[in-house]
Amino acid sequence: MSLPLFVSRRAVALVPTLLVVSVLTFCLQQLLPGDPALALAGEEHDPAAVAAIRKRYHLDQPLPLQYGIWMGKLLRGDFGESIRSRIPVRELITSKLPVTIELAVCSMAIALAIGLPVGVLAAARPGTPIAGAANLLALSGLSVPHFWLGIMLILLFAVRLGWLPASGFVPPWEDLGRNLATILLPSVVLGTGVAGVMMRHTRGAMREVLGADYVRTARAKSVPEGRVVWKHALRNALIPVITLGAIEFGRLLSGAVLTEQIFAIPGFGKLLVDGVFNRDYAVVQGVVLVSAGLYVFLSFVGDILYFLVNPRLRGSV
Amino acid sequence: MLAGAVVGAFIVVAVGAARVAPFDPVATNFALVRKAPSSLHLLGTDEVGRDVLSRLIWGARASLLAAVIPVTIAVGISIPLGLLSGYAGGWVDDVIMRMTDAMLAIPFLIVAIALAAFLGPSLGNAMIAIGIATLPLFVRLARGTALGIRTEDYIEAARSLGGSPARIAVRHVLPNMLPPLLIQSSLTAAAAIIAEASLSFLGLGQQPPAPSWGSMLNAAQRYLSQAPWMALYPGLTIFVIVVALNVLGDGLRDVLDPRHG
Amino acid sequence: MSWTRLLTLVLALAVAVAGPAAAQTVLRIGLNDDPDALDPTISRAYVGRLVFAAFCDKLFDVTPDLKIVPQLATGYEWASDGRSVTIKLRPGVKFHDGEPLNAEAVRFNIDRHLTMPGSFRKSEIGEIKSVEVVNDLTVRLNLSAPLVPLLAALTDRAGMMISPKAARELGDKFGTHPVCAGPYRFVERVAQGKIVGERFADYWDKGNVHIDRVEFVPITDSTARLASLRSGDLQMIERVSPTDLAQIRADSRLKVVGVPELGYQMIPLNLANGPRGKLLGSDVRVRQAIDLAIDRETLVKTVFNDEYIAGNQWVSPASPYYDARLPVRKRDVARARQLLKEAGQPNLAFTLIVPPERDRQEAALVLQAMLAEAGITMTIQTQENVTMLQNGRKGDFEAYFTFWSGRPDPDGNIFTFVTCNGAQNDSKYCNPEMDALLLKARHVADLAERKKLYDQATEILLRDVPRIHLWHRRVFTGFSGKVQGFTPHPDGIIRLRGLRLS
Repeated sequence: MSLPLFVSRRAVALVPTLLVVSVLTFCLQQLLPGDPALALAGEEHDPAAVAAIRKRYHLDQPLPLQYGIWMGKLLRGDFGESIRSRIPVRELITSKLPVTIELAVCSMAIALAIGLPVGVLAAARPGTPIAGAANLLALSGLSVPHFWLGIMLILLFAVRLGWLPASGFVPPWEDLGRNLATILLPSVVLGTGVAGVMMRHTRGAMREVLGADYVRTARAKSVPEGRVVWKHALRNALIPVITLGAIEFGRLLSGAVLTEQIFAIPGFGKLLVDGVFNRDYAVVQGVVLVSAGLYVFLSFVGDILYFLVNPRLRGSV
Repeated sequence: MLAGAVVGAFIVVAVGAARVAPFDPVATNFALVRKAPSSLHLLGTDEVGRDVLSRLIWGARASLLAAVIPVTIAVGISIPLGLLSGYAGGWVDDVIMRMTDAMLAIPFLIVAIALAAFLGPSLGNAMIAIGIATLPLFVRLARGTALGIRTEDYIEAARSLGGSPARIAVRHVLPNMLPPLLIQSSLTAAAAIIAEASLSFLGLGQQPPAPSWGSMLNAAQRYLSQAPWMALYPGLTIFVIVVALNVLGDGLRDVLDPRHG
Repeated sequence: MSWTRLLTLVLALAVAVAGPAAAQTVLRIGLNDDPDALDPTISRAYVGRLVFAAFCDKLFDVTPDLKIVPQLATGYEWASDGRSVTIKLRPGVKFHDGEPLNAEAVRFNIDRHLTMPGSFRKSEIGEIKSVEVVNDLTVRLNLSAPLVPLLAALTDRAGMMISPKAARELGDKFGTHPVCAGPYRFVERVAQGKIVGERFADYWDKGNVHIDRVEFVPITDSTARLASLRSGDLQMIERVSPTDLAQIRADSRLKVVGVPELGYQMIPLNLANGPRGKLLGSDVRVRQAIDLAIDRETLVKTVFNDEYIAGNQWVSPASPYYDARLPVRKRDVARARQLLKEAGQPNLAFTLIVPPERDRQEAALVLQAMLAEAGITMTIQTQENVTMLQNGRKGDFEAYFTFWSGRPDPDGNIFTFVTCNGAQNDSKYCNPEMDALLLKARHVADLAERKKLYDQATEILLRDVPRIHLWHRRVFTGFSGKVQGFTPHPDGIIRLRGLRLS
């Protein structure tokens, strides 16, 4: 199959997927008892005010019509506004997304810093205690509940030792040092989870590569084992690792929900959870659509990279 | 091996909680609020004076259910769906795949939160929510194996011998789908325990005063500097059980799936 | 130009820009939640009021002992029939955009509160029939019925004045950029982040404003908030939880003061709202038994370390309207059991709905244990706040656990809850005697006479038990030792005039 055909076929499949995502999210939200007007009114009950809010946001209209109104606005670039604060959703998204992206990038950096070397080691020395330990390390990263790890790290580094702030977030342009300090613990929490996955991907890719012909040739030519592993094999193994990493990155973007809650990081995850609990429909629709879109897009990029890479890999005989 | 033992112990403790736990997990004792671990209360007491160890032991029940029920739901629904999708092909396959892709794209926790909030906060509803949220993964897996097997020679042979599609599906395709699903079940059981803890942490899972590891962590957050044992032990327990389940899943994969050996 | 030269130039510029800014005094206040829209007409969240204290002055303010004092208005005079009140305005007051505050502006504001769709103020001042402009600085409010509590409503959001010009320009987007007449001018709001105000140069009381800049920072996690106060990131935090008090008191650089709140924590019981009202509504002895089985003092001691105040009435014991003849009763399990037997329900079982909020969850557990000793089985059902309130309105409950933040005027604490057609009367309690008393209290201006009426109402309530009052919080404000001139108020709002930063 040629590249352009592959790309276009996949691209076409993106749109219906996103469409279904938006419908699903819409339906999910309608399931929640209560509605934004009541959430806003809270303890102070004023039927006239509640009714007026419902009218303003078309909450009294039939569901398909509500969805249609939302979709119509979306096609014009209008994501609606937060019922609670009246701030346009687009503004909320553009101010929160960079925060979550920074968190995802730092987490990914930590994940790669741990996962890559450990994965390479495990592949290079299969069956040894090193490989076993590496495996256990990876599994631990995967198994630890994020929110518990976060709480424990706060207890140790912020409360007991006082080295790092317990929570909060400072934007990098305001104070880079403080920014890094606030993002360190949450990145470690998220990064360890992904590190496990990356380690396993690396190990798998390295094992395949190490069994390839050109590696055997290099060994036969008495190239030192270190160079074989780190210079030749890794370079080729990196490609599938990166493509799989792109998907993990997408997932990080979508879901640092609990971590952001615990560390009070004003990112996408927190925006989403607050939106669900406040029944802020437009916010949830917008956030889920954007993060699903990013996830889908990154998977798409990953797929293309993988497609590009494979023939070359197999064609190295 | 060790993992199997740990998982086994977990199941035994969960089932026999009444006999193993030293105290009643819901017995409050306002004189002994937030006491550090001592010889009487091995892991300390919580914010209303309940014994942490007993609550951990009883909480194992909630976690066991949270591991088993969602996986059962997911497997139960995904097998027929996967068979249908992989076997029938065509537009049925397309529709099911489109829905699955979309569900995968929405952050899992959001689906679980929305479903749990809709159904009402309780352990049972949390399990249903988690089961539905993990469904897409299983459906994909089931469909994948069904597709792969469909083209195998022995299926062709069975068809040429005049077997009906349904019979072929049940007798030949189904048994071959089971190993990968079993492997995934173990991994998903681990994820389900974490998901239940997450939902309880947010207040949407097991309701007080019944114990659950997640709601214990929720309460512990407030007293982090005064009573750290309230947070330490539940989390540690979750960690140990989940690692064991993951190791078990890996072991199963080595045994059942020669490709990954 | 060489790189070093360029770098030095950039650094010099940076210092030059940062220099004067560094000399500014900045007060950073931590908020427990993110405020909703900053528009006095549609705002509902409590934290919004803290932010408004910086930006939007009101016609009147209320002192810590609940007396009404001038702010944007200088005085008021009730007509003899109580059906209108004349308000005199302070001369020379300007809005942040330079527009003058005059009677016409006040009329615009009150009209806006009454007519804008989605206004949450309508129910607070709905009795205003019309607003007359007597002259440039005098306004007369004509009421459909005499209403003494109206003035108290004008000490909160309903009395906040916004610039008519800005309101017309921004329309319903006003909440994203408020323009009022307070000591600080709105500068910016980062979505779900900080809200910044700069000192308003033409403020009518500018002599009393000593801090150049104020920043409100919402931090929902109490551990994070406290950590920020201790590290100096914040100088003040509001509504400190009792569990955090020990840490603040142990820190010599910090102070904390607490004042009894205006509101209360309570459990409304379903008396006649749908079929579920039968269980607790059919016999008053059942409700009295529940009330008698509770030991409020122990509850407050166990859950809140005695930092909060046990309560049995709809105002706190510190309020001038508290009926001292009816103090918090001692627990009496034996009598409770007896009452239940007489009512034919010796093994009463009911469900209490509690939101996942820690204070009430812990208290519910204590209540459960206490009631069990009287043979009552209380099941705790957790529901999200929104869901619980909706079920309350619909009558799908037997008891639920909620609170009322309280109002300066006693009417605001009781009328809407226990009158037959009260908007928030989820219990559907209906007693014509009660209605008559509370309506009369709305027309009487004399404090002593009003108190007599409210005392009678309290007696009836304690006898009929449509709701169980449990405790009153203390509003604790934690602040750095650098902050001076802070006077705590029972409503918990931090007033910024008079504050200094050393």
